[in-house]
Amino acid sequence: MLELAAVQGVSVEDQGIDNSPLAIRGLTVSYGQKPAVFSVDMTVHPGAMTAIIGPNGAGKSTLLKAALGIVPPLSGQVTVYGQPLGQQRAHIAYVPQRASVDWDFPTRVIDVVLMGLSRELGLLGRIRARHMARALDCLHRVGMRDFADRQIGQLSGGQQQRVFLARALAQGADLYLLDEPFAGVDAATEKAIIAVLKSLKEAGKTVVVVHHDLVTVTDYFDHVFLINTRKVAEGPVAEAFTAETLQAAYGGRLATAQIDQISRALG
Amino acid sequence: MLWDALTFQLGYNATLVAIGATLLGISAGVTGTFLFLRKRALVSDAISHATLPGVCLAFMALVALGGDGRNLIGLLAGSAVSAWIGLLCMNWLTRHTRLAEDAAIGAVLSVFFGLGIVLLTVIQTMGVGRQAGLEGFLLGSTAGMLWADALIIAIGGAATLMLVMIIRRPMMMVAFDPEFAAARGLPVHRIDLAMMGLVMAVTVVGLKIVGLILIVALLIIPPVTARFWSERSDRVVLLAGLAGGLAGYLGAAMSASAPNLPTGPIIVLVSFGFFALSLLLAPVRGVLAAILRHLRFQRRVHIRQGLLALAQGQKIYEPLTLRLLRRAGIVRADGVATEAGKARAAKALRDEKRWELVRSDQAHEATAALYDGLRDIETVLTRDQIAEIDRRIGGPQGVLT
Repeated sequence: MLELAAVQGVSVEDQGIDNSPLAIRGLTVSYGQKPAVFSVDMTVHPGAMTAIIGPNGAGKSTLLKAALGIVPPLSGQVTVYGQPLGQQRAHIAYVPQRASVDWDFPTRVIDVVLMGLSRELGLLGRIRARHMARALDCLHRVGMRDFADRQIGQLSGGQQQRVFLARALAQGADLYLLDEPFAGVDAATEKAIIAVLKSLKEAGKTVVVVHHDLVTVTDYFDHVFLINTRKVAEGPVAEAFTAETLQAAYGGRLATAQIDQISRALG
Repeated sequence: MLWDALTFQLGYNATLVAIGATLLGISAGVTGTFLFLRKRALVSDAISHATLPGVCLAFMALVALGGDGRNLIGLLAGSAVSAWIGLLCMNWLTRHTRLAEDAAIGAVLSVFFGLGIVLLTVIQTMGVGRQAGLEGFLLGSTAGMLWADALIIAIGGAATLMLVMIIRRPMMMVAFDPEFAAARGLPVHRIDLAMMGLVMAVTVVGLKIVGLILIVALLIIPPVTARFWSERSDRVVLLAGLAGGLAGYLGAAMSASAPNLPTGPIIVLVSFGFFALSLLLAPVRGVLAAILRHLRFQRRVHIRQGLLALAQGQKIYEPLTLRLLRRAGIVRADGVATEAGKARAAKALRDEKRWELVRSDQAHEATAALYDGLRDIETVLTRDQIAEIDRRIGGPQGVLT
């Protein structure tokens, strides 16, 4: 398997970009006549945690959704571990924004996590003890084991987010794509999520996160991808996450004080 | 008379209608649940109104071919074709224009229905038209139902039900989280179309019994009724089938028990009866339960506030609080705390401190989520856990009663 090469420490340069967990070439997505993402190239580094960063409306979420085929692109190619997206779905886990679903839907926490097993269950397969055990284990990993039987409407925002993460874990994927998992969650949840993401990285998985909090970028991530409709910068945090690239991505929208603060954090 | 109807003793036609209505109710309730949970319930209204032109055109075609035009299979096939065209129009409008779905529903519904009425009028001026009885498709007409008609309804209903069961998982996933479903590679658009195709099948099958104007009630009311009783989607589906089937059976029996009672509208009214009962009486989501819960909650808040005020030696001014404290034997008529009251007040204050600790400790998160400022802590923690918390709080021990 191609992803094994990444686990065994073969660098991305040796494999060439074509074997990257997620490679995007010339991707343009447009709502109406205004492109949200314009001719973007992205090569995700295997086994790394990458943050997609940019101002509001810069196309961060759109980039992710187009990479997954949720919104149709105007042009561009997406490959996952060197193959077209369609054949590689089983290797990808997606955590959508929490606000994208109705939390009054009649379902329990455990049922949501079991959705992550839909491929194995198929259309008519029975939910067996081993499926249940795996779903519960995923809930345990995000600290939500005790919530398994609760109605999802009773959860706090942070708990909802962790249930979504548990559903992604249940898929047993190699590439994890998360859309703003830290938006509007409590500190405990943020800690729990980052711990899970780091454990995924240690297990050789690749994690890509749409992220909005510039202050935590250096703590959480080792690669960044800066976007403002067009790609601004891409690479290891030390190289691509600088005062200059931030200025280029955010333009006047980032106060000088913020840039100073981040620059200090960068050292 | 009603008993005779309920036990299928009112003759051949009544029995056929009752069986057909029951099966129709079950499949409409089950299928409608997916539409309801996808928040597209009104799509069914557009689909059903779009059947009318097809029924009329099929009739004309059958007459032109030399028949008498009352072949049910032919008419239903025609209705299915025009409903499907209506469905595709609606889908196209929502996907490729800036029109919202409600506007697309309104446009398709009125245009197709208008066209249908025009065709109906044309048919009535035709020689054979007067006896055609096509108006029966508007509100259903069961008077002359034949064995073959009942068989069509039974087979159509059962087939729809089976298909729903086969694709229930993808439909439910799309209803809950379409983005996640798309990311998993599910063809969301096609699953939606399949769901609406199944709704169309139920509509077509139901034309004879409840008619195209009221079929929407059988698709929407049972799921809404069922939603009052369960927080689990699989159970909502089953309960909706049950409510729909029961409404079909009871409604058909009631309409058979007296002359000149229309079957379809009675079924809808029975279905509404179940809805009204659920709205009022359902244990968690019902209106009465909500009122009772609110009153009980208010009472507990007042008593809790009163206890905390007593424990901290504050004066209580709120008349409702005082009345409740007196009734609970916490204070005497003159407003002075009883011995039992003092003990409960001290316990309440201590519980506050315990809760504070529980809520600040990540290890107790699931418990902390239950915090409402009212709950006795021993209802959610074991004695050992409380003892552990008390050790961490320090101070006098043993107020746990």
